[in-house]
Amino acid sequence: MTGAMVGLTQASVRFGARTVIDRLSFTVPVGRSLAILGPNGRGKTTALRAMLGFQRLDAGSRTAPAIVGYVPQSSASNQRLKAIDIAVMGRAAHLGLFRQPGEQDFAVARSALDRTGAARFADEPFDRLSGGERQLVLLARALATGSPVLVLDEPGAALDLHNQQRLLVLLESLRQERHKAIVFTTHDPNHALAAADDALLMLPDGSALFGSVEEMMTPAHLERLYGVPMRLVDLHGPSGVRHKAVLPAFAGARAA
Amino acid sequence: MSSVSEGLAVSRRSREWTRTTLVFAALLALFFVSLLVSICAGRFGVPVGRALALVWQGATDPSRPLTAMDERIVLLVRAPRVLLAAMAGAGLAVCGAALQGVFRNPLVSPDILGISQGAAFGGALAIMLGIWGLPLIAMVFLTGMAALVAVGFLARVDGRTETVTVILSGLVVSSMFAAVVSLLQFVADPESSLPAIVYWLMGSFASATWERTLIAAPGLLIGAALLWSLRFRLNILSLEEAEAKSLGAKTERERWLVFGLVAVIVGSQVAVSGIVGWIGIVIPHAARLLVGHDHRVMLPASIVLGATFTIIIDTLARTATAAEIPLGVITALVGAPIFAVLLRRHYRERSSR
Repeated sequence: MTGAMVGLTQASVRFGARTVIDRLSFTVPVGRSLAILGPNGRGKTTALRAMLGFQRLDAGSRTAPAIVGYVPQSSASNQRLKAIDIAVMGRAAHLGLFRQPGEQDFAVARSALDRTGAARFADEPFDRLSGGERQLVLLARALATGSPVLVLDEPGAALDLHNQQRLLVLLESLRQERHKAIVFTTHDPNHALAAADDALLMLPDGSALFGSVEEMMTPAHLERLYGVPMRLVDLHGPSGVRHKAVLPAFAGARAA
Repeated sequence: MSSVSEGLAVSRRSREWTRTTLVFAALLALFFVSLLVSICAGRFGVPVGRALALVWQGATDPSRPLTAMDERIVLLVRAPRVLLAAMAGAGLAVCGAALQGVFRNPLVSPDILGISQGAAFGGALAIMLGIWGLPLIAMVFLTGMAALVAVGFLARVDGRTETVTVILSGLVVSSMFAAVVSLLQFVADPESSLPAIVYWLMGSFASATWERTLIAAPGLLIGAALLWSLRFRLNILSLEEAEAKSLGAKTERERWLVFGLVAVIVGSQVAVSGIVGWIGIVIPHAARLLVGHDHRVMLPASIVLGATFTIIIDTLARTATAAEIPLGVITALVGAPIFAVLLRRHYRERSSR
């Protein structure tokens, strides 16, 4: 399974007079992981929505399978459902309009919850879970779809450091398996270093850069991206392996 | 450690399962009791044993000529009436439950969306033109559907439907149809068609006959059965648009399927028993309190509870006073206070989040 599984080709989206996305192109084949980086309000979420067909394109085209494992920033589920009942929704595409999920579907949902480490609270009401726990349940639902494409909208945005770590380890292990095309948006370049092969930088001037994480994560590119002086540092991880980390060099002697 | 937590999860699951089973057992028991009481109670009381024997005879040997007074009352007057009330109540409740899911708003119901008023217009027009029977049902159904389509178009702004605009559009369409109905009443013949329209609008099962019950039955039963079989899909449709789409739902089309089924049910109900409000909003809430939010258990609970509630209300309507109280009056008297409480609870819950 090679070739483009998900992506945009020369895609433009305009909201009124404002062009949010201008002739944007990128592709993510199965087995690779893409991080979409950009400052707030630059159109990361719009790019995702356009790619998934939730946002009308003014020009260009999109590529995506019919069913995508999509993890929204937060689920609007105001229904008091149990986590397992949220996860089993991932099976909907495999069931007809009038069919109910059966043993098999619940087994798939349970193993997906297991995979994301959410099995512990499978029977808890979803709206009583913490933000991090909800994200794991939504990720399990995305895995339960069986789609070769996994799309996450700002997965780390609302999480504390511990939960960010948990999510990134999970994303990285999914990347290592190499049988999914993974796309996620983030405003933290360290997330790209931790769990992506490629990076798409949506620059403030409306242009975009697309390439491997190694090519993209340079101080020069990141300074253009955020308008803040950036430093790339080497450090030793907990297992002694050398890591790279990106730090903003904020002004002031004592900052960052 | 994992086996311990798994054991806990399993025991919680089985406990929940028992709870749900008990709730359903209690609801069904209540349903049968209310059915029996409604058959027996009235100006002409029938003992329970005799009523059961009569119903059994009627069911096993329907062609037997009915001669005795109590026989005729139970089998020709009360039985069709109770059945119609049960089916109408179940239909309205399941409509409310489905619409609240689709709109992601617990405060919508068939009457708030203007379907009832639209259907009322069709009915009033039919009565004025002297149309009865199946053509009347067809007219009621079509105008109910038209009201729904009007609400759908009004509420769509830039391809999106906000729940607030839906409720406001429902209000607009509802008042428009109500105005036209008033106009029809104004021009109707005060000797013949005006009383018929007014009485019909107030909602009642008093005119129930086997013929009317059988006319309404297909729409009510098929509509409710189809909505019930959509119960898992309704869980998906109650998610945010993008989420539901990513899970493979054709949200727009499936929503209209739900609306169409609602129009079939409400049309059938209004055609034979006029406007019966409040059931579609009060019952789903009660069901949610009893069995939770999952449509897979909430929908069947709404169906049983709706049938029971309507039978009880109808029995009250015909036994509380010497004259029969219009059904719509009682459901409003009971429903409005409950709705007010729910409204306050809903907003308090939202602001505490």
